[in-house]
Amino acid sequence: MSAPTFTAVGTRPIRHDGVDKVTGRANYGADLSLPGMLYGVVVRSPHTHARIVSIDTSAAAKVPGVKGIVTGKDVPLIDAKLGMGEGALDLKDLSDNALARSKALYHGHAVAAIAATSLAAAHEAAALVRVEYEILEPVLTVDRAMESGAPILHDTMTTQARPPIEQSGPTNVAGRMELRRGDIEQGFRDADVIVEHVFRTPTSHQGYIEPHACVARVNEDGRISIWTSTQGPFLVRDATAMMLGLDAANVKVTPSEIGGGFGGKIPVYLEPLAVLLARMTQRPVKMVMTRDEVFRATGPTSATKIRMKMGAKRDGTIVAASASLYYEAGAYRGSPSGAGAMCAFAPYRIPNFFIEAYDVVVNKPKVAAYRAPGSPMAALATESLIDEIATQLGLDKVEIRLKNAVQEGDLAPYGPPYGRIGFREVLEQVRNSDHWKSAVKPGVGRGLACGFWFNAGMSSSATVTLGADGSAAVVTGNPDIGGTRAAQALMVAEELGVPVERVRPSVADTDTAGYTDLTAGSRTCYATGMAVVEASRDVREQLRGRAAKIWGVPIEETRWEHGRVEPVNPSADRQPLTVAEIAAKLSKTGGPIIGRAAVNPPMAGPAFAAHICDLEVDRETGCSRVVRYTAVQDVGKAVHPSYVEGQMQGGASQGIGWALNEEYVYNASGVMENAGFLDYRMPVASDLPMIDTILVEVPTPGHPYGVRGVGEVPIVPPLAAVANAMADATGIRFTELPLSPPRVLARLLEEAPAAVGAGA
Amino acid sequence: MSRLHIETTVNGEPAEFLCAADETLLSGLRNGLGLTGTKEGCGTGDCGACSVIMNDRLVASCLVLAAEAQGQSVTTIEGIASGTTLHPLQQAFLEEAALQCGICTPGFIVAAKALLDVNPEPTEEQVRYWLAGNLCRCTGYDKIVRAVLEAAGEMRSATV
Ligand code: FES
Ligand code: FES
Repeated sequence: MSAPTFTAVGTRPIRHDGVDKVTGRANYGADLSLPGMLYGVVVRSPHTHARIVSIDTSAAAKVPGVKGIVTGKDVPLIDAKLGMGEGALDLKDLSDNALARSKALYHGHAVAAIAATSLAAAHEAAALVRVEYEILEPVLTVDRAMESGAPILHDTMTTQARPPIEQSGPTNVAGRMELRRGDIEQGFRDADVIVEHVFRTPTSHQGYIEPHACVARVNEDGRISIWTSTQGPFLVRDATAMMLGLDAANVKVTPSEIGGGFGGKIPVYLEPLAVLLARMTQRPVKMVMTRDEVFRATGPTSATKIRMKMGAKRDGTIVAASASLYYEAGAYRGSPSGAGAMCAFAPYRIPNFFIEAYDVVVNKPKVAAYRAPGSPMAALATESLIDEIATQLGLDKVEIRLKNAVQEGDLAPYGPPYGRIGFREVLEQVRNSDHWKSAVKPGVGRGLACGFWFNAGMSSSATVTLGADGSAAVVTGNPDIGGTRAAQALMVAEELGVPVERVRPSVADTDTAGYTDLTAGSRTCYATGMAVVEASRDVREQLRGRAAKIWGVPIEETRWEHGRVEPVNPSADRQPLTVAEIAAKLSKTGGPIIGRAAVNPPMAGPAFAAHICDLEVDRETGCSRVVRYTAVQDVGKAVHPSYVEGQMQGGASQGIGWALNEEYVYNASGVMENAGFLDYRMPVASDLPMIDTILVEVPTPGHPYGVRGVGEVPIVPPLAAVANAMADATGIRFTELPLSPPRVLARLLEEAPAAVGAGA
Repeated sequence: MSRLHIETTVNGEPAEFLCAADETLLSGLRNGLGLTGTKEGCGTGDCGACSVIMNDRLVASCLVLAAEAQGQSVTTIEGIASGTTLHPLQQAFLEEAALQCGICTPGFIVAAKALLDVNPEPTEEQVRYWLAGNLCRCTGYDKIVRAVLEAAGEMRSATV
C-alpha cells in the first residue's frame, strides 16, 4: 500500500472551540447555574482509618437554608461491575468511595453530603455533622500492608491472582499477576553484567487545574440531568444509575468543557451525591470541589516499590530480567500494577524474564488512572538499569537500546506479536537529533529513556451531517480535552473535501451522541476518529447515490475521486459534481444526508517514545533544573501536528514534575501535609525550557490514516530520563523519586562531602 | 445575613452586585455578575486561573475581597477583546495552539496582557518568570510562551 497523501490531515487550522476558550465564554464544570439551585458540600473523614459508629445530622439539619443531608445509608447496597476501558469498575467500591458506609478508609473520605441555599450555610451545617468514629491503625505503605498482623482494610478481601494462589483469610493484597518467558536462572548465569535496584516512587496527582464540578437536576417524572466535567459522560450515566439503582434511560449526562483530566476525571465522585441531594430536595444541586478536596479525595496515582534485576552480555544484549512490582491501590483494589508489569519490558526483546505485580490496598485515596497508568514507574526501573548497564559496559546509550529494541513480529511480553511499530525509527531519530549530537555542557548531565504504552481502541460512534450549503457537522460523544474537535473536523474535511472551517464539530450529551467510551487510553483521535472517517465515507456513498440520480445512471457508474463524484463514463451532461453542487440539490434528490458509523476496534497501534533530558545540578544545594529537553515519539500520523506536539510537551513536563518535585507528603497518621499547589510543587513556566519535539510517523495498519494514540506515552520516559541525567551529572544512581533538592543534597554530601564543601 | 452592595467598573462599564463581606472578588465576578470566564483552580492564590487586572495591577481575584472592588476598575478575560476583534494575545494563543483543555487560558491571557502593558518587549525568560504564577498542566508552557512572544511582536509592529 502506498502511503496515503493528505490535503487536510496534517495541517494546523485554528481549533473550532478556540475563540470560546480564549474569551472566557466556554463553559466548564463550575460555570453552570440553574434557577433555584442549591449548593452541595461534602463532609469528610478527619481520620485515615476508622470505623463509623454513628452519624448524627440533627444539628446540621437545623441550620437555616439546609435542605437535604445524605449519608452512606441513603445509597443502596449494590454488587455489580461496569466494564470500561482500562479495567472494570467495581460499583460497590465506587459507591463506597463516593460515600463511606461503615468505614472511612482515608483522610478525606466522604461520609455525608449537604445541600443548602448558600455555600456558607452548607459549610456551617457540615461543621455540625457529628460523626462518632472508632479510630483504627492506618496502613500507609505496601511494606506495612503486606506484613502479617497488619490491620486489614477490607474484612472480605481476597487476592485476585493469576495464576491462582492459596488464600489464607482476609488480606490487603488485592491482586497478583505474573508474566514469564524462557529460563530466568539460566539467563542470569549467561549474563556478563547484572544490575539490581529497588526503586520507589511517591503518590502523585494528575493535577488538572479544574477541580471536579457538576450540577444535577431531578424532574418530577424521574428524569435526571447531570452537567459535569468528565472524561466519560456515558460512564457517568451508567455508573451513577447503577450505584443509585436508577434506570439509565432516565439519566442524561451533558459533558461541560473539561479543564484537564489525565485519567483523573474518569471516576464519579460528586455526581451520585448531587443526584441524591437533588432528588431529596427537588431542587438542582451544584457541587464543586476545593483544591484541597481534589488532592485528598480524588486521583492520585500509585506510590510504588519496584525491585528489578537485569543481566546483559558484554555487547549489551539483554539476556535476563526479573521484577517485582508493588503498587499502592489506595483504599480499594485497582492499582495499575498489571499494566506496569506488561509495559516494563515491552520495548525490549528479552529472552528470559519473570515479572510479578502486586495490587495492594492502603489507607490513601483510591488511585485513578493517570496518563499511561502504571507504565512510568516501571519504565523508571527498566530504563535506569539499562542506563547503568550501558555505563558499566561503556556502551552508547542509544546503541544499547537499538540492539535490544523490539520490532514488528517480536512478541510483546504480555503475549501477542507486535504489528507495525516505530520504536527503532524513534531511536534512530534520537541518534540523528541535534540534541543528542550536541556537546553536554559542564555541570549538566544528559539522560535518555524510552517508554511504551498500549493505547486503547474500544467503542465510538459518530454522525456526519451534510448541509444544503455544502458545510458539514460532526457529532461525537468524547469531551474535547486537548483539541480533538479540530482533529475530527480535519478528518471530515479530508474525506469530503469540505474546507475545515466549514466543518462544525460538536461534543454531544448522552441522549444525542451514539454510545462512545471514555476520552482516555489515547483513543479519541484513533477510535472516535475512525468512526468519523467511516461516517464521512458513508456520506460519500450517499453522495454517489445522489449523483447517480442526477445523471440517471446506476451508482456503479459513479466514483469518488479528487474530492468529488465523477462519472465512470463522462459525457457532456455528466460532468463531475462537487460536494457543494450535490448538496445544493439535496431536497430534490431525496432529502438530507446523514452519515453514521460505530466502531469497536479491539486493539490500537502501540506507542513508543524516547526522551532526551539535559539536567543542570547545583551541587551546593541539590537543586536541579532541566535545561534542554527533546521528546521523540512514533505518532502514527499526526492529524493536527500542533496538538500532537502539545500532548508530547505536556506529558514530558508532567513527568519532569513527577521526577523532580511532586509527591504527597504524609505525616505519621496518614494526613497529607501539602494539599495545595503551593506545596505540591508542579512545574511552572520558569522551571522549564522549551520542550522540543520530533514526530515520527510509522502508520498503524488498523487505522485509515495510520493514526496512533499520542496522549499517554509522553509521560512514560521522563521519570527515567531525568534520573539518568541526574546519574550522568552526579555519578550517583538515584532510585527514589522525587529528586528534590534535599534528597539530592543528602546523597551528594554522603558520597563526596569534601567535594561538595569545596564547591566542586 | 446582610449583604454589601458593591459599585464598581468592570471591563469599562459600571457594574454593581451584592456580596457577603467575606466573599472573594472571584466569587463576586462569577456569581454576582455572571462573568464565569475567570476560573477557580485553587482558591489560594497558587494557580493564576482567577487572574484579573485591578487598576492596572495583576491580581489573583481569589485573594481579593469582592468589597475591595468598590469604586475600582477591574478587567477580566471578557474585556480583553475589543468589539469583534480579538486581542493579539488571544489570536496568538489560537494560532500557536497554546491551549489544550483551556481552563488556564483566561488567566494566562490576562496575566500576559498585564505583562505586555508594562513591558512590550519581554525576553523569553521574562515571560517565563512573569507567568510563573499561572499553572498549566496540559501544555508544558512551550506554546504559551511562544504565543506571548508572538503577540508582543505583533503588537510592537502594529504600533510603529
Ligand atoms: S484560583 Fe486564584 S490563584 Fe488559583
Ligand atoms: S491548557 Fe489545560 S491547564 Fe493549561
